[in-house]
Amino acid sequence: MHTYELDEQKVFNSGHNACPGCGEALAVRYVLNTMGPNTIGVIPPSCIAIISGPQPYSSMRIPVYQTTLEASAASAAGISRALKRQGKHDVNVLALAGDGGTYDIGFQALSGAAERNEDMVYVCLDNEGYMNTGAQKSSSTPYLAVTSSTPGGKPSDKKDIAEIMAAHRIPYVATATVGYPDDLARKVAKARDMKGMRFIVVLTPCLDGWGVADDGAVRVSRLAVDTGFFPLYEVEDGERYTINHGPKGIPVERYLEQQKRYRHLDEDQVKEIQAGVDHRWSLLQARVESMAGQARIR
Amino acid sequence: MSATVATPRRSPPANQAPAPGDLRLLLSGNHAVSYGAMRARPEVVPIYPITPQTPIAEKISDLQLAGDFDVDLMTAESEHSAMSACITASLTGVRVFTATASQGLFLMHEMLHYASGARAPIVMVNVNRTIGSPWGFWPDQTDSLAQRDTGWIQYYTENGQESLDTVIQAFKVAEEVLLPAMVVHEAFYVSHALEPVTVPSQERVDAYLPRFDPPHKLDTEIGESWGNVVNQDMFYRHRKDLGAAMNQVLEASVRADADYKDAMGRGYGILEKYRTEDADMLIVAFGAMVGSARVAVDMLRAAGKAVGLLKIKLFRPFPVEAVRAAVAGVPRLVVMERNFSPGGGGVLHQELKAALYGMPDPPAVHGYLAGVGGVNVSPKKIVELAEKALTDEPVPDSVWQR
Ligand SMILES: Cc1ncc(C[n+]2csc(CCOP(=O)(O)OP(=O)(O)O)c2C)c(N)n1
Ligand code: SF4
Ligand SMILES: [Mg+2]
Repeated sequence: MHTYELDEQKVFNSGHNACPGCGEALAVRYVLNTMGPNTIGVIPPSCIAIISGPQPYSSMRIPVYQTTLEASAASAAGISRALKRQGKHDVNVLALAGDGGTYDIGFQALSGAAERNEDMVYVCLDNEGYMNTGAQKSSSTPYLAVTSSTPGGKPSDKKDIAEIMAAHRIPYVATATVGYPDDLARKVAKARDMKGMRFIVVLTPCLDGWGVADDGAVRVSRLAVDTGFFPLYEVEDGERYTINHGPKGIPVERYLEQQKRYRHLDEDQVKEIQAGVDHRWSLLQARVESMAGQARIR
Repeated sequence: MSATVATPRRSPPANQAPAPGDLRLLLSGNHAVSYGAMRARPEVVPIYPITPQTPIAEKISDLQLAGDFDVDLMTAESEHSAMSACITASLTGVRVFTATASQGLFLMHEMLHYASGARAPIVMVNVNRTIGSPWGFWPDQTDSLAQRDTGWIQYYTENGQESLDTVIQAFKVAEEVLLPAMVVHEAFYVSHALEPVTVPSQERVDAYLPRFDPPHKLDTEIGESWGNVVNQDMFYRHRKDLGAAMNQVLEASVRADADYKDAMGRGYGILEKYRTEDADMLIVAFGAMVGSARVAVDMLRAAGKAVGLLKIKLFRPFPVEAVRAAVAGVPRLVVMERNFSPGGGGVLHQELKAALYGMPDPPAVHGYLAGVGGVNVSPKKIVELAEKALTDEPVPDSVWQR
C-alpha cells in the first residue's frame, strides 16, 4: 500500500468545524501545511470560511482575511501589491475559495487578476456546488448531478475552469484532488515557489452535498481520477501540458454509484456520462500532443 | 462633542504668490485631486475609469510615468475589484487612494461597507454624476449621498483647491480614527473647471502627514486575522466602536483643518458661515452650488436683503452641534441642493430637519430641489429662489424649483 508522509507544520490544526470526513478540510490540510507559515490567506464565504473558524478562534496559524464572495482574487492582489511596496517579497499570498466563489460570482475578479498576472497562489476547493448555503448548483456541478436547486439533475455541463485559466496563459495551472495527496502537495509546493498568478483546482468531495459515506471522500476522489472523470494535469504558461494521472480503465459507473446525487440515473444516462468522459479525455490528450514542443511566444 | 466653525476662507486669489517650494498651476478640479493624491504619497492606487473621474486616473498615470509619483497603479477590471484591493492593501499597512463616480460607486457599494467594517483608512474621491437609468453625465450628488450609511466619512468641496487640500486632510483624519474617507466634488462644474491651484511642496505635506504605520495589519509576524464570523454581542460591540470612531471625526476634522491652515495658509472648517450677521435667512448648500450661492448672497446683501450662507462641508458624520450653533437665532433657512431621494426629497433637507429637531426656537426650513440632474443654478436663480423663500410659507416636503 502506498503511504504519504506529510510534513505537518501545524499551519492547519484539528478542532475545526467541518463535517467529520470532509474532503475540503483534508485539502486545506495539505495546502496550508505545504504553503507554510509565511503565508497570508484570503477566504470568501464558503465551507472553507467555516473551517477557518469563527472569531476569536482560528484553525489556521496564518493571518487570514475573510473577504466577500466575489472578491477573493482582487483582495489577494491588494495584499500582494502592498507586500511588494513594503519590500516583503518572500511572503506568500494564498486565496482559498470554493467553486461558487471561483467559477461563478468571483470569476470576473479571478480573470482580471490572471490577466494582470497578480502574484498569488489561488486554490479553488471544488466540491461542485454551493455547499455552505445548502448544496445548490454552481457552474462546476457536473451534468445530471442532483443539487437542491437542480432536483431533477443539472441539465448543463461542468465548466472547464482549468482550461479557462490556462487560456489566460498564466505561469501555472493544475488540477488535483485529495485522493492523490502527494500529487496535490507537490503541485502546491511547485506553485508556491513560482511567481505570478498560479491556479490549482482541487476536487474535494462533500459528504452531504454528494451523498457520500463519512469515510468515502478519499475513495470517491481517487475514483474520480481513475475513471477519467477528473484527470490530474498541469499547464505551464498556458501551453506546456503534463498529464499526471488519467483513467485506469475503470468505468465511470463505479464513481457515480458511490454518490447519492447520481442515484436517479438510468442506464442510458450513465452511458451518456461515460461518453462525455471519454470524449473529454481524448480532447485533453489531443491538446497535450498538439502543444508538445511548442516554444512560448509572447 | 465640540466643533468649531471656520472663518470664511476661499481659495487664494489668482495673483497670490505661492510659498517657497509650492507650485502654482492652472488645473482642473480633477487634476488638482491627482496632485493632492501625489503629495499624500499613497503606495497603491487600484482604480477603474469612469466619466467624469477619468482625468484623475489619467493624471496619476502621467505623473507616475514622469517619475514624479512613485506608486503602484493597479488597473483593476472593475470598481468592485478596485475597492476590494484598496481594502486589503490598506489592511496590509500601506496608504491607499482611489477615485470613482456614479455607477462605479454603486458597484463598490458592498465593499464600501466592508471597508469601514474592516476599519481601512482609504481615501477616495467621488465625482458626483447622475445615476442611470436613464444615462446621463451631469452633476448630481445622489450617488455619494446614497452611500451615507456605509460608514465612510464624507467631505463635499466646492473647487479644485479645496479638493486638493481636503484629500490631504482626509488622510490625516482617516488614519487617526481608522475609517475610510470620501472627498466629493461635482462633475464638470468642479471636476473639469480650470482654476489656478496651489500645490503645496512635498516637504510641507510630509511634515503635515506622517507615514502611515498602523499597529494592526495583515502581517505574518503579527498573525492577526480580519473578518471572521462573530456572534451578536461582538457585532453589537463592533458597530458601537464604529460609531464612536465616527464621532471622533468631528473633532479630528476641525483639528486636521486647523493644522493644515497653520502649515499651508488655507483652511475651510467643517462648515462655513458667509455673511451670516443679523441674517433673516441662511441659504444652506454643499458642493459646487456654494460658490454660486456666495455670489448670490453678495447680490442679496447689496439689495439690502439680510441673507447669508451656511456651507456644509463635512456631511458624514453630520455636524449636528455645529449646525445648530450656526443657525441659532436665524428665523429661516432655505436648502438648495442638487440631489433627490425619491420618497424622501432632498437629502440635505432631510438631514437638516433631523439635526434641528428639538432645538429651542428652531428656524423654519425650506427645501428646494434646485439643481437635480445637473440643471444650471446661476447666482441670479439663487437670488430669485431666496426671495421666494423669504416670503413663502415653508412646507415639510422638498419642493421642485427651476
Ligand atoms: C454576494 C453574495 N451572494 C450570496 C452569498 C451567499 N453565499 C455564501 S457562501 C455561498 C456559496 C459558496 O459556494 P462555494 O464557493 O462553492 O463554497 P462551498 O460552500 O461549497 O465550500 C453563497 C451563495 C454571499 N455570501 N455573498
Ligand atoms: S458541507 Fe460538505 S464541504 Fe461543507 S464541511 Fe460538510 S462535508 Fe465539508
Ligand atoms: Mg462549493
